Amino acid sequence: MNLSRFKEKAIEGVFFLNGLLVVFVLLGIFWLLIVTAIPAFREIRLTEFFLNHVWNPTSYVQSSYGIISLLVSTLMVTVGALCIAIPLGIGTAAYLSDLASPRVREIVKPIIEILAGIPSVVIGFLGIVLVGPFIAKVFGLYNGLNAINGAVLLAVMALPTIVSLSEDALKSVPSSYEHASLALGATRWQTLIKVKIPAALSGIIAASMLGMGRAIGETMTVLMATGCSPAMPRGFLDSIQTMTATIAIELGEVAYNTTHYYALFGVGLTLFVITFFINMASDIILDKHQKMAR
Amino acid sequence: MKRCLRILLIAGALCASAGHAHAQKMIQIKGSDTLINMVQRLAEVYMQKNPGKVIAVTGGGSGTGVAALINGKCDIANASRLMKDKEIAQAHEGGIDPKRIVVAIDGLCVVANVNNRVNQLTVDEVGKIFRGEIVNWRDIGGADMPITLYGRQSNSGTYEFLKEVVLKGDFSPRTKSMNGNAQIIEAIKQDVSGIGYVGVGYVKGESLNVINIASRPGGEYTSPLNLSAVRGGTYPITRPLNQYINGQAAGDIRDFILFELSGEGQRIIEEEGFFSLPDEYAGFNRQNIGAK
Repeated sequence: MNLSRFKEKAIEGVFFLNGLLVVFVLLGIFWLLIVTAIPAFREIRLTEFFLNHVWNPTSYVQSSYGIISLLVSTLMVTVGALCIAIPLGIGTAAYLSDLASPRVREIVKPIIEILAGIPSVVIGFLGIVLVGPFIAKVFGLYNGLNAINGAVLLAVMALPTIVSLSEDALKSVPSSYEHASLALGATRWQTLIKVKIPAALSGIIAASMLGMGRAIGETMTVLMATGCSPAMPRGFLDSIQTMTATIAIELGEVAYNTTHYYALFGVGLTLFVITFFINMASDIILDKHQKMAR
Repeated sequence: MKRCLRILLIAGALCASAGHAHAQKMIQIKGSDTLINMVQRLAEVYMQKNPGKVIAVTGGGSGTGVAALINGKCDIANASRLMKDKEIAQAHEGGIDPKRIVVAIDGLCVVANVNNRVNQLTVDEVGKIFRGEIVNWRDIGGADMPITLYGRQSNSGTYEFLKEVVLKGDFSPRTKSMNGNAQIIEAIKQDVSGIGYVGVGYVKGESLNVINIASRPGGEYTSPLNLSAVRGGTYPITRPLNQYINGQAAGDIRDFILFELSGEGQRIIEEEGFFSLPDEYAGFNRQNIGAK
């Protein structure tokens, strides 16, 4: 047998196994979450878990395991973060792809990508000492440990993903579109808004959804900056406690194989299902975008 | 910062000792955030006096420490509360026999911002505030502003202690859960409407309004910083700070615990802002440490 052919086959096999491994890891996590979460529902009714808004497993009176306020908290910071990060992200991406000189782009883009590498605990720290007091001052509050603080910090964390992928999407719009638009007498602004962004829209949406996936699963930052009070939030100026923070706080001290322990896995499973669908949706949209671009 | 440095030092010591072929068995201490600074200081002095002995002290909260002891992941669990019956049963199931040693006394401090003029409360009022029944400072003689509650996460022994002894009910779900005593103090210093609770070792040298507490309306309001009030029981929310070990102490663990209870150990405890043990615990501790 030809040695180089054998080598080629072997390498192919290794890569195939790598791919398979990732799939198995994902399935393994999913399976583990399901198996550990199911026992929770022997004692907690599904309606209580998904409809009750009181989460207090270590109550003095009666344990309750309702995740609605946690779910709402998670959605609040995530949506809040996207409201800040998407306009800012698309603006930056448009600037980088259309207006910035190559020199500026060479400097700015890596800087934005470095932003993605800042550890979340550092961002959380900034939330406590910088963003929190600032928010308290602006809104006339006594403290800044609230949902807005979390949303601002998560926006900072989601921004690099959104900018980087949106810029790629804008870049991949065929230049013939731009030339045609300019030739028809449109200004550069009109070309950007009416031609390029719509053409790159699916890529931009996918970028935003990946940013959302990043924000929804973030733990340390929200744990530090949002106050962590499990009551149903009354608005963005209230303290909140996200699902991730709940798991992080409580899993360390919970006794194994108790209802509380299983319930935390239930929270984890819920979160996993949400992020799974977000990622899948962004994947489908991105795929569509690539087909369209071709 | 000081604490980080200590942790680094200990980590360094760990790496150094790991290098030896026959590394000394290290004592792992884990648990309460209230006890951590005090026990770290004790461990430092002990290690200085006994070269070659290695003690690693980490935090995580009383609940985390007790869970680690149950799972056989640490030698000594620091706990600012008692172990629950359920936890003791779990420990026995796993073949662990928890023995309690009392190392110091804490006067639990209820703290507010220095610019808040309320400086005395009854135990009942403290309970009502943290249960969320009193929500404005106006109702307890203060300015007209909402009360912002700062508390600890549920793995904290201080959280459990207050819930069992003072609140006799649940904390208001609006309570912000902070990650340790120091974080509560930082938050209260910034928030004029805030109220929180910390171990007495944490208020020394801080510009805080440490509230005087009376056991009942009309009773004497005393400060947790007052040694005779804490010792004599006029300050109503005092508690023993405990360490749990597996079975009767032996070897290095025994040696370290005897050091903590010695005159020198107790002096260090007072330097750290907590109160040394009254004699009444001597017999109890002797029994749980056991004869050599």
